[in-house]
Formats: sequence, structure tokens, C-alpha cells
Amino acid sequence: MKSHIVNEMRLTIPSKSINESYARYAVSAFVGQLDPAVDELGDIRTVVSEAVTNCVVHAYRETEGKIYICAKYYDDGRVVIQIKDRGCGIPDVKKAMEPLYTPDESGERGGMGFAIMESFTDKLKVRSCAGYGTTVTMTKRIKK
Amino acid sequence: MMNVQSKMEGNQLILYVLGEIDHHTAKEIRKEMDKQILSLHPKEIKINLSSVSFMDSSGLGLIMGRYATATDIGAALKVINPTDSVARIMLMAGLDKIVPIERIK
Repeated sequence: MKSHIVNEMRLTIPSKSINESYARYAVSAFVGQLDPAVDELGDIRTVVSEAVTNCVVHAYRETEGKIYICAKYYDDGRVVIQIKDRGCGIPDVKKAMEPLYTPDESGERGGMGFAIMESFTDKLKVRSCAGYGTTVTMTKRIKK
Repeated sequence: MMNVQSKMEGNQLILYVLGEIDHHTAKEIRKEMDKQILSLHPKEIKINLSSVSFMDSSGLGLIMGRYATATDIGAALKVINPTDSVARIMLMAGLDKIVPIERIK
């Protein structure tokens, strides 16, 4: 049986690091409409924070651009969150998704962002085009 | 707002982190921790995460970075009483194998 969208939200924010917390609380407030468990809501907050941080740190780096967030939930309990940037893109998505890989050389980034997004959701899809940007789509089913 | 409070007990430096650790807050927390570690030269550093309500992979990077700082000055590093969500992310990343987690009352 085909599932249907019950509700959706869209948010566009500048890639300022202070917006990392705003983004995760905005999306978790929206997903809160499904009455998720505390752990499920914590997972949503974490994966949104990871994806938005990637936009701030890697996609736009020293520049500032827009981060486009879209979240939808369906009548079968699925939540789909899409986080998109028009930054530098990822030349090798497979490599970027390897745990502990980070292009950052400061020693202050763990390279665990994608591993956490993958582990805390049911499905993670990363589409990127070097020079054009990246779209991260995460699906998580909220248990009833 | 200061996100780190520190206390020296003998050779032991205890760093209490308050609030949330993400990429935005980690910068200030890192600066304050390194200031305390490098000025006090403790033998042991305990990062108390009992009052941290949120932590993402920026927190893992923060702990790994302080592990490097601690190793440079010959100090041991431990994480004390992380909340369940913080412990979960540390265990998922296997960080507890490098920086032990200690539960104290």
C-alpha cells in the first residue's frame, strides 16, 4: 500500500555555526508531532546536527551559503529529512563515508559524521556533485 | 556563557562541561580546556560530561583532540559520568577504547 505525506516543513538558513542547534531543534520539534520516544528524538537531533555541520564545515568552509532543510512524515511513521547545500560538493562520496575519514587536518574532527548518520537512521543517501553541492537524505521510522 | 568549569584536586584536573557540545560550542570549550590543561600541567585529566544534554561527532573530535593534548604533556585522560546519549555516541565510535569512561557517584 502506498504511503502518503501527512505533514512537511521547509527551512532555509545561512551556514552559520550558531544555526546548527537551531536546525536540530526545529526538525526535532516538527518530528515531535509523531510523539516519538526520547531516544528516537535524540537520534533525529544528532543526525540533523551532523548533516548541517558538514554544510558549515566542509561544503561552504570559509564562505557562507544557504542550507536547505526539508522534513516530511508519512502515514506509515516514516520520517524523511533532506539537507541540501550548494557548496563545493564531495569529490569521492564513498571515501567521505568511510568511518574516521576527514579532510580536516586539525585533529579536532573525528570523521564520524556519516557513520553516525548511517547508524542512527534506517536509510542514508548521499548525492553530491563536485562544484555544485551535496544532498543528504535520511529516513527513519518512528515506532508507534 | 562559559561552558567549562574546572577544579584542581592534587594532580588531577576535573573539567565539568555544561550544556551542549556541537561544532559551534566546541571551539570555546576546546579553548578553555587547553588553557587549563597547559597552565596547570596535571597528571590526570577527568572530563565530566554528566551535565551535557547533547553531543554529536564534534564532541568526539573534542575528546580526541584533548587526548592528544594530554598525551603531549604525559597526562592520562578519562571521561566521567557521560549521559546515556553521550555514552552511546562514544561507544558507537569506539572512543571508550582510547579514552576510558568512568562512572563515579
